[in-house]
Amino acid sequence: MIELFFVFLIFGLLGVVLLSMNALLGPRRTNPNKEKPFECGSPYLQNEIKPFSVKFYLVAFLFLLFDIEVVFFFPWALIFKQMKESALLIMLAYVIVLVVGFVYAWKKGAFEWD
Amino acid sequence: MDIVIVLIKIVLALVWFLVLTLYLTWLERKESAVIQDRVGANRASIFGIRILGLFQPFADAIKMIFKEDFVPAFSKKFLHTLAPFLSFFFVAICITAMPFGNDIMVGGRTISLQIFDANVGLLFVLAMLSLGIYGILLSGWASNNRYSLLGGIRGAAQLISYEVALGLSLVGLIMVFPSLKLSEIVQSQGGLLFGFLPKWGVFLQPLGFIIFLFAALAETKRVPFDLPEGESEIIGFFTEYGGLKWGLFMMTDFMEIIIVSTLLTTLFFGGWQVPWLSADGFQFPWGGQWQMARWLVIIFQVLAFNIKVFFFCWLQILIRWTYPRFRYDQLMDMGWKLLVPLSLVNIVGTGLLLMVIK
Repeated sequence: MIELFFVFLIFGLLGVVLLSMNALLGPRRTNPNKEKPFECGSPYLQNEIKPFSVKFYLVAFLFLLFDIEVVFFFPWALIFKQMKESALLIMLAYVIVLVVGFVYAWKKGAFEWD
Repeated sequence: MDIVIVLIKIVLALVWFLVLTLYLTWLERKESAVIQDRVGANRASIFGIRILGLFQPFADAIKMIFKEDFVPAFSKKFLHTLAPFLSFFFVAICITAMPFGNDIMVGGRTISLQIFDANVGLLFVLAMLSLGIYGILLSGWASNNRYSLLGGIRGAAQLISYEVALGLSLVGLIMVFPSLKLSEIVQSQGGLLFGFLPKWGVFLQPLGFIIFLFAALAETKRVPFDLPEGESEIIGFFTEYGGLKWGLFMMTDFMEIIIVSTLLTTLFFGGWQVPWLSADGFQFPWGGQWQMARWLVIIFQVLAFNIKVFFFCWLQILIRWTYPRFRYDQLMDMGWKLLVPLSLVNIVGTGLLLMVIK
């Protein structure tokens, strides 16, 4: 584990050094126009963050469900060769449950982007 | 003594990683130039010597170091600074788990050419790669700019969509090589199939390889999948960054290419394994033999790893300059409706095949 500690330390320090280099070595010239948000040259009307599509929220939800299911596959795959047929039957049942959920989400239109 | 060895290994891996990152920017410019019938960067010179613009990456780095540290007044300042750091750190960390070669013996001491051989090396790499999402999402959010936010959210949605396919495509591979230790996965790819074909992951899991390749390409957020950036429309999540902070995002991009290449090499192309090369020399399937010293074998293996990694870096840059961008609905369709069902088919198919063969 000592390796991991040193890796985190060294890479973290490198990141901090790279981040602070501009502040230490760069110039500091600012003016009010520079501080405006970038918007293709036109003056901006509102600078608060706009609401965004609910689709992104849905994707996050689907990811949460399916990624947890992916995690369950890993320990099973590791001992698959030792467990033989029983492992296959167990996982077939699991995959069927997963597929039912997947087809349901599909039919409900969760994967449609129109 | 152990600590000294660990430090030497970390420094060597870091130098390898950073030099390769710098020179991938050069390779990208040259390769795109060749594809578009241009000359490409060739002006950077030291004392009038300019070999194909090989000094260009260093000139770029020096230029970026002396830029202004610009944090926009309207942004969330702390998060704005934190985002490039997270983005860089979590990708750079992945190099820890990569096996560069077989164990070597130096003065009666066994040294593995790998910084940290975790029991869950594969999961470690996947976890660190997905933590990189925070860098993108935070940079979009903290910039307080509509285009950055759009880029950040698009990026996060794309990465988490392909994360599922990326994880599922590797399950079949783990069933064939039952280990999450990257060094063990490479070790078990050493044998031969049917007496002549190297026992690499790509021959045992062709479908898994294709799914992994597409999902990994989507994870790097480059051209066929560059919706978060979209150079010609929304500029992307790093709109409000400049100087080395932007440079960190760009470095992340190239580091991701290298990490994806090393993963493809390690999991599907035998890592440091050379076809027909065992510990004491080549054993060709047609009966030939070529005895070699132990140290020569090690050098061959490390070289083989490097050549495979360079090949995949080159391939990814070629893909980036060849294909047009997907539409967003096509991107989501491919992730959810094509790659996820295909990887489930791959898992069930692999299970059935393993039952039949055993």
